[in-house]
Amino acid sequence: MYSYSEFDEAFIASRVAQFTDQVNRRLDGSLTEDEFRPLRLMNGLYLQLHAYMLRVAIPYGTINPRQMRQLAHIADTWDKGYGHFTTRQNIQFNWPKLPDVPAILQALADVGMHAIQTSGNCVRNVTADHFAGAAADEIEDPRPYAELLRQWSTDHPEFQFLPRKFKIAITGSPHDRAVTAAHDIGLRMTSRDGAPGFEVFVGGGLGRTPMIGHKVRDFLPVGDLLPYVEAVLSVYNILGRRDNKYKARIKITVFETGAAEITRMIEERFAEIRPLFKGHDQQLLADIRAAFASPALKTAPVTAYETARKDPIFRAWADTNLSAHRDADHAIVTVSIKAHGQTPGDATSAQMRVLADLSETYGYNELRISHEQNVILPHVHKSDLPAVHAALQQVGLATANVGLISDIIACPGMDYCALATARSIPIAQEIATHFRALDLEHEIGPLKIKISGCINACGHHHVGHIGILGLDRAGVENYQITLGGDGTETASIGEKTGHGFAYDQVVPAVERLIRAYIEHRTSAEETFLQAYRRLGIEPFKAALYGSEDTQDAA
Amino acid sequence: MSRRFTPKVVTANRLREGDVVYLAADDSWTPHHHEAELIEDETRAAARLALAASQPLYVVGAYLADAKPGPNGPEPTHFREEFRTRGPSNYAHGKQVDLV
Ligand code: SF4
Repeated sequence: MYSYSEFDEAFIASRVAQFTDQVNRRLDGSLTEDEFRPLRLMNGLYLQLHAYMLRVAIPYGTINPRQMRQLAHIADTWDKGYGHFTTRQNIQFNWPKLPDVPAILQALADVGMHAIQTSGNCVRNVTADHFAGAAADEIEDPRPYAELLRQWSTDHPEFQFLPRKFKIAITGSPHDRAVTAAHDIGLRMTSRDGAPGFEVFVGGGLGRTPMIGHKVRDFLPVGDLLPYVEAVLSVYNILGRRDNKYKARIKITVFETGAAEITRMIEERFAEIRPLFKGHDQQLLADIRAAFASPALKTAPVTAYETARKDPIFRAWADTNLSAHRDADHAIVTVSIKAHGQTPGDATSAQMRVLADLSETYGYNELRISHEQNVILPHVHKSDLPAVHAALQQVGLATANVGLISDIIACPGMDYCALATARSIPIAQEIATHFRALDLEHEIGPLKIKISGCINACGHHHVGHIGILGLDRAGVENYQITLGGDGTETASIGEKTGHGFAYDQVVPAVERLIRAYIEHRTSAEETFLQAYRRLGIEPFKAALYGSEDTQDAA
Repeated sequence: MSRRFTPKVVTANRLREGDVVYLAADDSWTPHHHEAELIEDETRAAARLALAASQPLYVVGAYLADAKPGPNGPEPTHFREEFRTRGPSNYAHGKQVDLV
């Protein structure tokens, strides 16, 4: 993976020194909270409900074992022994104390990590397919482009005060695992006449006004990436609304200006700035590419794997948690951070250390964080899978549920987040344990439930096959259900079913939906989403509300 | 006659630790909601909030939260404030363990 150059190191060191000084000045009273707040946010430090929270960037979800161990060390030294992996492929520490934060940032800098641009109206962490560099269906590893975008956007003077935050997602595969359609810019790799390029989507986003991105380019040659993205940002920087926070994202700009006109303006701006890019970016890209070269994959017999498959526990795990690797003798392992009843995305320091060890011993020193809040070992030789599985079992990481009903995305919600209108974590915990008790999980098959604790939609509920949004209705937690959302290449925004449900009615409501699906599906092969698309919302509404009036969608 | 005033407490987070505190009648900050001063009128509320704002080295983000009288002192009326008295529901972390 990419490691910091001297320039990167000096930059991070100077930022740590600056923030250390700023914290000291806040603590001695030279800075007011109003002065300090934007400074701490620029360093990923939030004040949440019960404590501060530090959000650490994991660029495009790629992390090495040494960094993972350092996260474990931070969790043990300055937090409560765990960290929370987020839907932005980052990690959050929920309990740091303000005077300790400079030391934490220094510990991060020691392993080439930081918390810069994880907040504020700038280009945020570029997210990518978590199977990047390993997936069997990949055209090209998207991470060199993500890294190029990271370097270009970090501290970019023109784009530090955008109308609002800006998120870019990139995938190198036709199968979109990076939810590109729900980002300010989505880049989906494709090829034309044998050359790779990108389909470019602009103006996608979730939150208060969910929108699927508009395609503004069918094919962008990879060499045009930076000038084109810069053109999009500069058009947005000028047109984007600064008068109303809720209308400031580029999705509203696209909506208000019209996709055709935005496309025209982007192309016009692109024509102006393209000549200014004289090839330095391409030299840089070539250097970056070298840093992402594939590890030399080993060759060995896979008989150990075939033998292990006779064990039903191993087989169940292999069937759900492995994905096809570009090398037939290797597999991509998704380590579920969703043990039934546990908090989605929370890993203890002991688990982080085991993941680091496994990555070193069997995984070519690579680890990824997925936006679905799981951890990926992208390259494991099949003969090593039994050993990996056994080691994961020791620390509660061998849950065989990836892609199933208990593999739920849940944002921190009102257990931590100051913006929340309701809790999301305990809803996820209860759904997972309930369906395990019913032993229905495998019969239900592929299903994505996504839960957000407020309209900001960090839990991606709009693109969940079943989406759950926690709201505050007259001082009581209330949960609105949406159906039919999809975050892949066939992206769609879920449809509201009708009025919401009280906290203790959510699990029974989900069970009614699931029973309706099982009753109506043509066969076990028809997934929930396929059945929903075939049947429409009515049978599910009937299951949720029975004969009561369902017209007054909340 | 002023509008009917909903009783309030002043609450904030400690600057250094970030944990939730409440302003007591003796001007001290307490981690216990029931030890907070229950403020019954608007003028007093404004004065107490101003006091909180004058202590930037101690607390951050002070605001008035609705509360009601209870047998042991003021109680929160909204679930958000109730959670703030305890800590998260997924782990025994925060006040629910720190204060026992
Ligand atoms: S969706 Fe809302 S509650 Fe959940 S993390 Fe985002 S801002 Fe917080």
